[in-house]
Amino acid sequence: MRLSVNHTTTYRYSEPTRRIIQLLRVTPSSFQGQTVLSWRIDVDCDVRLREGRDGFGNVTHMLYVDQPVQVLTLAVSGRVLTEDNAGVVRAVPGDLPHQVFLRETPLTAAGNALDWLAMDISEEGGAKLDILHGLNRRIHDRMRFDVAATGVGTSAEDAFGAGHGVCQDFAHIFIAVARRLGIPARYVSGHLFRRDGAHQQPAAHAWVEAFVDDLGWVAFDPTNGISTDDAYLRVACGLDYREAAPVVGARSGGGTEELSVEVAVHQARSQSQWQVQN
Amino acid sequence: MAARPAFDELWGASAGEEVRAGFEPLGEWLRETSAAELDRRQHAAEAAFRSLGITFNVYGEDEAAERIIPFDIIPRILSAGEWARLSAGLEQRVHAINAFVDDVYGARKILADGVVPADIVLGNEQFCVPVAGARPPHGVYAHICGIDLVRTGPDEFYVLEDNARTPSGVSYMIENREAMLRLCPELFERLAVRPVDTYPELLRDTLQSVAPDGAVQPRCVLLTPGHYNSAFYEHSFLANNMGIELVEGRDLEVDDDIVWMRTIDGRVRVDVIYRRIDDAFIDPLVFRPDSMLGVSGLMAAYLAGNVTLVNAPGTGIADDKAIYSYMPDIVRYYTGEEPRLPNVETWRCREPASLQYTLDHLDELVVKLVDGSGGYGMLVGPTASRAEIEAFRAALIAQPQRYIAQPTLALSTIPTITDKGIVPRHVDFRPFVLTGSSGVTTVPGGLTRVALREGSLVVNSSQGGGTKDSFVLDGERAATAGST
Repeated sequence: MRLSVNHTTTYRYSEPTRRIIQLLRVTPSSFQGQTVLSWRIDVDCDVRLREGRDGFGNVTHMLYVDQPVQVLTLAVSGRVLTEDNAGVVRAVPGDLPHQVFLRETPLTAAGNALDWLAMDISEEGGAKLDILHGLNRRIHDRMRFDVAATGVGTSAEDAFGAGHGVCQDFAHIFIAVARRLGIPARYVSGHLFRRDGAHQQPAAHAWVEAFVDDLGWVAFDPTNGISTDDAYLRVACGLDYREAAPVVGARSGGGTEELSVEVAVHQARSQSQWQVQN
Repeated sequence: MAARPAFDELWGASAGEEVRAGFEPLGEWLRETSAAELDRRQHAAEAAFRSLGITFNVYGEDEAAERIIPFDIIPRILSAGEWARLSAGLEQRVHAINAFVDDVYGARKILADGVVPADIVLGNEQFCVPVAGARPPHGVYAHICGIDLVRTGPDEFYVLEDNARTPSGVSYMIENREAMLRLCPELFERLAVRPVDTYPELLRDTLQSVAPDGAVQPRCVLLTPGHYNSAFYEHSFLANNMGIELVEGRDLEVDDDIVWMRTIDGRVRVDVIYRRIDDAFIDPLVFRPDSMLGVSGLMAAYLAGNVTLVNAPGTGIADDKAIYSYMPDIVRYYTGEEPRLPNVETWRCREPASLQYTLDHLDELVVKLVDGSGGYGMLVGPTASRAEIEAFRAALIAQPQRYIAQPTLALSTIPTITDKGIVPRHVDFRPFVLTGSSGVTTVPGGLTRVALREGSLVVNSSQGGGTKDSFVLDGERAATAGST
């Protein structure tokens, strides 16, 4: 699929800032099944951007603003070709050995409820891939999507206990249980082309990848209860949301801040170019 | 207590009859100096440390009690030959530590070769993912190591712990010597003692040597968490003696992936940061977001190669207690030599047979948390109560992978002044090993810690330990007055 993305993040400050420093993970890499055709970051004020790559292999940009601003708009846009590989993710640049992704983090720590879920699933048995599909379905069936119920600091255990949350919470729950089962799992942030026509979204999407021997990393989207396909554009990964979040920042001055995000993912019409590229 | 009588570093096995060869001057000094005079000097030392403000906070107490670490004026002595063997072993080990850290964040050959299990390294909390694939200037990671050694006989030294993150205690090494020179000058006339006050200069040279390429007159700073930290005295002591700025996180800022220090004359570029802040707190954008101690963007500057962090982030993987038991293999792997300094025998409780052995011998063993430090979360079997042993048994069974066990060693003793007169007390030793762009050096000395309670093997200052000066004798030079 040929996807076009416009991901706009706007910060409004109640007073002018003195300095802003941000770490951005908003730029996808090309790998088997995902080809970045063009990508750019536009900022509406005088900034310096420094590109790098973090330990997970994510493309990063440091953003520095050292004059007073009251509005900061990051407009990220680009075009990407995607293929449907039944969720299998291969040849990601800078990828780390899968053992790294067995570690519990505060956001993905399993408590009693998730321990029970893990035990229940392991008692059912089956091949690893089937177990992961089962986990994906269970989270989707059990959890209700609700943008108002949780925040960026909500742990997997708390979200599961509450029974509702956003894609980030669904992903953390999946990761917590998979790791409890001894399966390496990681958080993925990215964008989803909605086939139901909801092309405008108030946030980026998030899903997971789990490591299956012989296959490698396989992506699941517990929010939608499916494996990923060519509607998914992978941007960054980490042990949890904290390490894959699109924007992490610090500032001095500025008073209070108001954040708004708009994401538009469309399917580009030109089929001919897609065929040429393949 | 261990069954075997401990080796005394002054009296050997003679139980106070006869001092070991080469240590006669100390024996004479102890005979000639009256108990009242020793007592007077001991009190004078304590008063001096109090007026300097060398205190430390005890964690885990309701009020952060400021205490003076007791100082004992009877020094430890290491002969030139003993030091030569020790320092060669230390330098070999630190060379291997740096090679290991470089490898696990780079090519990971030692994991591919199966010398250390991959999951112990990669699944370890101390494996610092943000620095994977990044190499610091000059490929040095653990610039400053404080290697904890214990001794059980004339030629039997063992490494107990490799402190490769932000080891502290070096200010005691220097201040203890200052106090000894003032209070017991006659000892330095009788013994040719190698100086330790060169340490700040060596450290400054080390810092400058690892500056990023292109830094002409590299600016080094010492980053402290602030004066509430238990080691703040040491931070200000070292910064003063090196002639570098002592800064807190709020004094630094990162712009364009470059670190700047704010001064009243504007901002100046910083090339090397000797940071006495743990990895978790150095950059809230990458590590703990609630850290008020660090600098936002510091990791970006580091990854871009624009600043050297001393020690580098991620060195905690080398001194992790779960990795410790593999150190002899790690030394062999990177140096091609047999380790000159052995490890203490260690049972990894993650391995079922070792767990069983540990559970069967809890009353004989020392059991430690792999992720604990400073004598917290530790069981000393021979001195523990039945209830303490049973509590540890339950903890071990619940999470065996968190523990290692070691035999209770008969740690060497040194005569120490106590209420009961001059009696043997157990000691350990922490020498400080520096690695710069041109190699590894060890200052001839270190921190001797002494367990002041009779029979105690726990020397940590937080657990009632004291310190002694550590004399390394000069093999080339005879003792002459005032030559230190």
